[in-house]
Amino acid sequence: MAPVSAAQDIPHTDVDPFCPETLEDPLPMQAELREAGPVVRLGRYGIHATARYEEVRAALCDWQSFQSAAGVGLSNFRYEQPWRPPSLLLEADPPHHDAPRTVLARTLGPRALRELREDWFADAAQLVDQVLTGHEFDAVTQLAEAFPLRVFPDAVGIPRQGRENLLPYGDFLFNSFGPANELVEQGRPRLAELSAWVDDQCRRTVLEDTGFGAAIWAAADRGDITHEQAPLIVRSLLSAGVDTTVHGLAAVLYAFATHPEQWQRLRQEPELARVAFDEAVRWQSPVQTFFRTATTDVELGGTSIAEGEKILMLLGAANRDPRRWDEPDVFDLSRDPSGHVGFGMGIHQCVGQHVARLESEALLTALAHRVEHIELAGSTRRHHNNTLRAWRSLPVRVHLG
Amino acid sequence: MTMDTSPADRATADELRVADKTEVADGVVTLTLRHPRGERLPDWTPGSHVDLTLPCGLTRQYSLCGNRWDARTYRVGVLREPDSRGGSTRIHDELSAGETVAFGGPRNNFTLAPSPRYVFIAGGIGITPLLPMIHQAELVGADWQLLYGGRSRASMAFLDELRTYGRRVTVAPEDERGPLDLPAWLSAPRADTKVYCCGPAPLLDAVDQHCADWPTGLLRTERFVARDRTPARSGAFDVELRRSGLSLTVTPERSVLRALNDAGVHVLSSCRQGLCGTCEVTVLAGEPDHRDSILDDDERARGNCMFPCVSRSGTDSLALDL
Ligand code: HEM
Repeated sequence: MAPVSAAQDIPHTDVDPFCPETLEDPLPMQAELREAGPVVRLGRYGIHATARYEEVRAALCDWQSFQSAAGVGLSNFRYEQPWRPPSLLLEADPPHHDAPRTVLARTLGPRALRELREDWFADAAQLVDQVLTGHEFDAVTQLAEAFPLRVFPDAVGIPRQGRENLLPYGDFLFNSFGPANELVEQGRPRLAELSAWVDDQCRRTVLEDTGFGAAIWAAADRGDITHEQAPLIVRSLLSAGVDTTVHGLAAVLYAFATHPEQWQRLRQEPELARVAFDEAVRWQSPVQTFFRTATTDVELGGTSIAEGEKILMLLGAANRDPRRWDEPDVFDLSRDPSGHVGFGMGIHQCVGQHVARLESEALLTALAHRVEHIELAGSTRRHHNNTLRAWRSLPVRVHLG
Repeated sequence: MTMDTSPADRATADELRVADKTEVADGVVTLTLRHPRGERLPDWTPGSHVDLTLPCGLTRQYSLCGNRWDARTYRVGVLREPDSRGGSTRIHDELSAGETVAFGGPRNNFTLAPSPRYVFIAGGIGITPLLPMIHQAELVGADWQLLYGGRSRASMAFLDELRTYGRRVTVAPEDERGPLDLPAWLSAPRADTKVYCCGPAPLLDAVDQHCADWPTGLLRTERFVARDRTPARSGAFDVELRRSGLSLTVTPERSVLRALNDAGVHVLSSCRQGLCGTCEVTVLAGEPDHRDSILDDDERARGNCMFPCVSRSGTDSLALDL
């Protein structure tokens, strides 16, 4: 291959994917970057970005050329000290990634979750009964936050006390993948306290004898991972398993509150609950972005990226790329959302995806049983986070049937 | 139903082209395998094997012994085994570069767990899964030793590759040095040392016996059984969907998943390589021909679920809970 000169003809843009206007509504920025070219230069941060499905997917899958161990945020761990010891999964490359991934994939796999299914369906039905005593409520706090917080920490096996720390910790973590902007600064004052609490929950003596946490420690006893790795792998669950599902559930509830005909369809065909959640994950992409670092001079979408350079992958933009999806902006249960990159792709693909799907299946099934119609009952409010497409408030009104 | 048309998704990687076949020792050939269109192959970790289905229909497991930093190539080593039902013989005598083989997996029942020290013990062709483990031990800076036995030096594959590791490798051909000195190598368990052993049954039995009272997790073995599976079905089969009452025929060039989607039956999927587990369906009757990377042997034997993105049918028909 002919060497590509430094002065490549790469589309250049000054837009900031992390500014407040964009976080409020990322769609115009996504379209701009996607249409500018397969790979664009983000002048503001001096890095590359890709917003098209094919290139995003290719970068996600090619762990050999695009590494995670230099951080999956803007910060480059080759030069900058990470704010906490790096994740053994998200921020690791093979070979170090292998053993933690194998253990967590088993712990959170469909066969392991079977035991939780009945309980989670019952929990969802109970929560929905409670919430539906009112006809108007906030779907974010009452359902999207309440349900994961009710089932997930129990499934991990952490004590009740202090669980209110989970969401602010996750919020900081997902902000920290972006630039050191106002959002990150706002989180700093509580960081030491929140981190100390989370680290404490990962200890064997603190965790219940059953649950995901105990399963991870048991894997250490079997020698599949080391005892030093176990607490950090538990930490991955507490970091990546709460805010993500909250905003995933909020996304699907928002989708149905604004698409009454799709809700009717779900009521008629409850087995569409699984497709509905993945379609909402495609459509809203609760995790919007992650970064990689080139391990070598590598070509992506006709653009050469130099060894050591960061590249931003816009998962949300890829999930609405018209080159891949017909009418990408439409939330549609007839669509096959399979292959979306909302959970990533390749060796780092979300190891908790089956957990997220089970939570949503349980909640949607319980709602579909009782709710004939759901609609917005006031103005909605976004929550800004550098990585998450998040909601603060979704006031809804329901009619029972 | 919107069908996806992305080339990335169409790449059902269930066939491999033999790019190269080389004799590397007496009775041992290596096959270099690539995707027919040169695409990435499913990711794997040291200790993984693939199921290869030869043109004659025989299916056989082979450990991957290449370099996973090359995402487009698999390498397997094949020993000629005259008393097997013919899988290895056919590879040696009939298969040639340019031909294609069907494959399932990769699967890993022999994962490399982190450890500051390793002892690797290989007997004959059992060296194959250990090669990528050794590479990995070297990468992470672990302290390791390999004891490699075989009938004779000429029958032992990969000696040249192993030479680069210098004194970490002990080559012990039986005709020169007698049986492997297991008592010396496995004198006592050490908490900081994991032992990985692969080779013929007598070697594994001896090692098992030696380590019978060791703490769990320190000794990890893989039995290298030369077992050919019944010819996998390569023709069409029927799929009956018990809940919706539909019935469809799956032709060889389509995956079950695609056939389902074409018939308008929504089955959510994601990786389409048998890795992520999203498309799992319940099997009510018939025997799946599992080609995923997820189920272990017990789960496969139960035969009550399958991943239709890659797995097929071993019987004339399958009944699914859809
Ligand atoms: C709707 C909910 C969720 C979304 C949208 C989501 C999204 C993602 C994405 C995009 C990645 C890939 C990161 C990368 O490639 O760098 C990822 C990885 C990961 N997710 Fe999720 N996630 C969700 C729920 C969960 C849950 C419930 C858990 C835990 C139970 C979890 C744990 C993880 C972990 C540990 C990783 C790192 C895996 C690895 O690097 O091997 N996630 N997730």
